[in-house]
Amino acid sequence: MNIHIKNGRLIDPKNKLDARQDVYLSNRKIAAIGQAPEGFVADQVIDADGLIVMPGLVDVAVRLREPGYEYKATLESEMLAAVAGGVTSLSCPPDTDPPLDEPGLVEMLKRRARSLNQCRVFPVGALTYGLKGAELTEMIELTDAGCMGFSQADAPLTDTRVLMRAMQYAATFGYRVWLRPQDSFLAKNGVAHDGVVATRLGLPAIPVVAETIALATMLQLARETGVSLHICRISSAAGVEMVRAAKREGLKLTCDVSMNHVHLTDMDIGFFDANCHLAPPLRSQRDRAALRAGLADGTIDAVCSNHSPVDDDAKLQPFADAEAGATGVELLLPLVLKWAEQEGVPLVDALAHITLNPAQVLGVKMGHLSVGAHADLCLFDPAAEWKVEAATLRSQGKNTPFTGYEMRGRVRYTVLDGQVVFQQ
Amino acid sequence: MNNPQLNKHGELQHLLSIEGLPARILREILDRAAGFLGSAEGNEIKKVPQLAGKSVFNIFFENSTRTRTTFEIAAKRLSADVVNLNIGSSSTSKGETLLDTVDNLCAMHADMFVVRHSSSGAAHLIAKHVAPSIHVINAGDGRHAHPTQGLLDMYTIRHYKKEFHNLRVAIVGDILHSRVARSEIHALTTLGVPEVRVIAPKTLLPTAVENLGVQVYHDMEAGLRDVDVVMMLRLQNERMQGALLPSAQEYFKYYGLTQERLALAKPDAIVMHPGPMNRGVEIDSSVADGAQSVILPQVTFGIAVRMAVMSLLAGGKQ
Repeated sequence: MNIHIKNGRLIDPKNKLDARQDVYLSNRKIAAIGQAPEGFVADQVIDADGLIVMPGLVDVAVRLREPGYEYKATLESEMLAAVAGGVTSLSCPPDTDPPLDEPGLVEMLKRRARSLNQCRVFPVGALTYGLKGAELTEMIELTDAGCMGFSQADAPLTDTRVLMRAMQYAATFGYRVWLRPQDSFLAKNGVAHDGVVATRLGLPAIPVVAETIALATMLQLARETGVSLHICRISSAAGVEMVRAAKREGLKLTCDVSMNHVHLTDMDIGFFDANCHLAPPLRSQRDRAALRAGLADGTIDAVCSNHSPVDDDAKLQPFADAEAGATGVELLLPLVLKWAEQEGVPLVDALAHITLNPAQVLGVKMGHLSVGAHADLCLFDPAAEWKVEAATLRSQGKNTPFTGYEMRGRVRYTVLDGQVVFQQ
Repeated sequence: MNNPQLNKHGELQHLLSIEGLPARILREILDRAAGFLGSAEGNEIKKVPQLAGKSVFNIFFENSTRTRTTFEIAAKRLSADVVNLNIGSSSTSKGETLLDTVDNLCAMHADMFVVRHSSSGAAHLIAKHVAPSIHVINAGDGRHAHPTQGLLDMYTIRHYKKEFHNLRVAIVGDILHSRVARSEIHALTTLGVPEVRVIAPKTLLPTAVENLGVQVYHDMEAGLRDVDVVMMLRLQNERMQGALLPSAQEYFKYYGLTQERLALAKPDAIVMHPGPMNRGVEIDSSVADGAQSVILPQVTFGIAVRMAVMSLLAGGKQ
């Protein structure tokens, strides 16, 4: 299968490329950029006039809800949502039911995903059995089954000795440990940022120190064990500053932020909008500004959707009783475009946060358009405007704080492994 | 963001929180309540036909005696049909969601819901869900709001002090967990009280509480000095767990309202409490039963204020 993508504006962060160039795909790989390779005969020509051609998006946090939560979402619905959002590689956290702590579960998930042939799925395995924070999982076996790192998802790991040993063991074999910093005692029962909004609305609060204390512990143990550490969903200004300092010091550290936190604050909770019940909580405007600055200066490597489809019954509850999470994989691209436009960041730099950088966090070779690379691409219309509504989302989860927002940037084609898997 | 309590003409559609309500609506409720109480010294409230043929559902997902009873009496004095439901012990324990319960009650032709729930925002959720012909009154949601309590406290203050613009008011106790405190603070600041103080140890104060327009005191004696009104809050026994306070004894020693401490306030200061009281924990019996206490009149005024809210929502003329 040979595809010729012509007349598009090609943006590839890895090769610092932003130019009108044709792309030639052959044999599931990028065959050439600019000039057709010798003897190239296209089976399919895509006219990308007016479109931006970029590497397929890499999203490091997409909950597919399988196994165990099929009433919230299924692989079919969420992988369709992913490709509709231009995402060609995703990693899913291990907080399924049962959690991804057995190689058999991981193999089954990989096999199911492969058979749907829409998007590459890179599971993150459970760091401890049942995510209970007590016993280590078989990390080598899980890696062989396809896990790209190990995580507790949102489950607490309060025993610092277990955490240290998990890091030591992972470091022995060069596995990356993914952790979301949140002290479970300080965050207990909390549902909103500890600030004026939570005070006014009478919502149990999660203070910033819940993040910074956990982060300090993680950074100290990473320093001690030499593990490569990925900090998930940083949410506070103080947290960003700690990551910045640790990176300057030379720790093997990467970091991501959810797109929700790049755009929203606790003020968006308004009159108890449960769609803004997220984990970690939306924080203050000062925190949001620091997250944006951290993205711009590279302290934060990746932006993820933190896609977490929730069923209506679980969301139509008083704020604190509602389940945390929001759908989002279809909004990742337009929200990163929006951030780039608001902050004046060139697209070639902005798009690195959803392509090359997250691919490097995962340790996979995707996320760029070098000749010979996997032919995973996203073609989008940067001028197309659309409104976020339940009907315009393909995810089974329809709950998002961005409902009713006007988005600019609509995916037209998603190419996976040299084949068009999505078109609209 | 539209205020979900007001309709497009700026009239009260639901009573969910004091916050965001204009002073004119608060005054209208107080004036209406005064009309129900009449001029009679005995504060006897006559039965009136304003809600005849209407159904008021008291749905309490959390236990309450006083609030539910006063709402019931208020509705009956307005000639409404009243249904009391203690949901805590029925549907939700069988797995029915809050909104399913509400839908079922709507199907029974409710005109008004009086809702109490342990989660902040529950009344907002219900108000957003029901048909526009149905009115929702928040009778307490989590730590968020208890607007009729706030209003009856304002009624009490106005009854004894006549004006708001020259007062110094202290609210004492567990501000962090108190929906009553939040509603009182918003009501006092909206009605123009120039100085509202909160008095509590740091463990019982929410973050950035001064942003609500109050002055923070940790020292009970300093905080009570020269105030016109002392509003006590109930201290829940479970606060001793969770490391918020060491003991009820120590709390009383430093934050309990005694005659000696009350003497620091203005000589004509009044003492209020939303009930139920813990004698010897937050308030000494001699103060609770003393000459400056207006705790029992609060309850009587509460019925008139709740009548006023219901009749205003139902659109009835005085």
